[in-house]
Amino acid sequence: MILVYMEYRDGKIKKSALEALSEARRRGDEMGMETTAVLVGHGVDALAPEAFRYGASKVFVLENALLSHYSPSGYTQALVSLIEEIKPEIILFAATSMGRDLSPRLAAELGVSLAADCIQTATKDGKLEVKRPLFAGKAFASFTFKASPQMASLRPNVFPLAEPVEDQGETIKKEVVIPEDQVKDKVVEILKAEGAELDVTEADIVVTGGRGMKGQENFDLLRELTSVLPNSALGASRSAVDAEWIDHQHQVGQTGKTVSPSLYMAFGVSGAIQHLAGMSSSKFIVAVNKDPDAPIFKVADFGIVGDLFQVIPPLKEELKKILSE
Amino acid sequence: MNLFVFVKRVPDTESKIKINHETNSIIQEGLNFVLSPYDEYAVEEALQIREAKGGQVTVFSAGPDETRTILKKCLAMGADEAVLIKDDAGETYDALRTARIISQALKTKYTEFDLLLFGKQSVGADSAQVPSMVAAMLDLPQVNVVTKLEIEGNSGTALREIEGAREKATFMLPAVISAQKGLNEPRYETLKGIMAAKRKEIPVVTLEELGIQPEELAVGLKLTKMESPPVKESGKIIENEPGEAAKKLAEFLRQDAKVI
Repeated sequence: MILVYMEYRDGKIKKSALEALSEARRRGDEMGMETTAVLVGHGVDALAPEAFRYGASKVFVLENALLSHYSPSGYTQALVSLIEEIKPEIILFAATSMGRDLSPRLAAELGVSLAADCIQTATKDGKLEVKRPLFAGKAFASFTFKASPQMASLRPNVFPLAEPVEDQGETIKKEVVIPEDQVKDKVVEILKAEGAELDVTEADIVVTGGRGMKGQENFDLLRELTSVLPNSALGASRSAVDAEWIDHQHQVGQTGKTVSPSLYMAFGVSGAIQHLAGMSSSKFIVAVNKDPDAPIFKVADFGIVGDLFQVIPPLKEELKKILSE
Repeated sequence: MNLFVFVKRVPDTESKIKINHETNSIIQEGLNFVLSPYDEYAVEEALQIREAKGGQVTVFSAGPDETRTILKKCLAMGADEAVLIKDDAGETYDALRTARIISQALKTKYTEFDLLLFGKQSVGADSAQVPSMVAAMLDLPQVNVVTKLEIEGNSGTALREIEGAREKATFMLPAVISAQKGLNEPRYETLKGIMAAKRKEIPVVTLEELGIQPEELAVGLKLTKMESPPVKESGKIIENEPGEAAKKLAEFLRQDAKVI
């Protein structure tokens, strides 16, 4: 059996969790293994049908009022009790903030190793093989697992969603018993960023500004572009973040986030090796820079040598025109 | 407050990574090794807590003898003590193994602590697993990717970075915290600090002394292949006047790349 953790936010299962579930189902069908999903929380049964639509035949719902807010220790306790009972061969998470926080705690409780932030999975001799980046993408390593369950987290925005099917399946609800003192760490509040901007790791399009943006106020030009482009997020190079033009949450690169959107647009980004590591796996890369020798052009699919301040305004209008067609 | 910080020696972020395909490993020659960048924030946070509340900062690292260099740096920054856990296994990419070494050290020899601090991930292995695993093994609360930390008495509040927001989490001490950029501004070593660090002894502890059986450290992941990223063919570069260039780009994105 494959078990996939279903993360949700604001009453909806996250797309990244459905991507992991879709990938699990593809491997499950190859291995002749049942694909199941698990929801942890309080009053979350209503989310189960969404997991059926993306390939789960069963959804386990672990219910306890103490789990209405995220707690790594509490959620781990709940998952361990289920896993000891159903003994899945493979456990998958989306490599989101929560997935990367929770999955290693669970792995350690189960006494197994975990491969984090994988970008590819395959079936090898009936078992799971995964590929993951090292050095933010300067190298890639493939792994198989020596113990069971085989555990991995899958990078968001990499694995295709399955075609949704009919929402039919079995919901198995379990009231889990957790002593209150076992919930050692709990989230008491979620503070949304202003404007609730989309995160660079979850966006289809990332619009990034570098040192060439010249100042904090000029990032508004990029914000205008993201307001035109659907499902887009604002990124930044390390030098822009270190100059305090923009918050670190936006930083792409080796000491920031690694992204692989469908479209990556770099404005005034020279393309330091640390930055290239974090974005080279983007499906399509655009660069605008004054310096024709900027390293960013080496990875760009389409480059414009020119002044970004003169290119952005007409580009915004052209994109608006095309997107309204 | 007894503050423990766990750090790792890694190739600096400028490094070009080359692979030896016969041994499936990263070629070490020519790499410049440094204290992993996120670990600097963990050390700095420990120093600031000590300055505010008193106590002692001890830095640990597991690795070969060369690891002393980064421990010296931590001492020069102001840590009181540093301990080298001698481990010559090299990089295994198996966080469980590292977490077992650390948790065993904390169960047997270094049992008195209030806070365990880590960088949110090491640069290179990029696993971001050891802090959560150590927390599980010692049955402690955890808050990872922390950008703000407040300790009050025997409890704490931390802000942790998540997608497009921050979570505020509460916990009791002792606890595990992993540091994210933004938590603080790591200090530079002072000349006085560097001189003092030079004179300071760094005790060495072996895995045997920690009561670790070799079979407990069996690596759980089997590395089957290591490869470099695919080389990208250079794309189309244009130098038209801005309006024309913008138009060409927009058309290209729609018609050729089909990404919008």
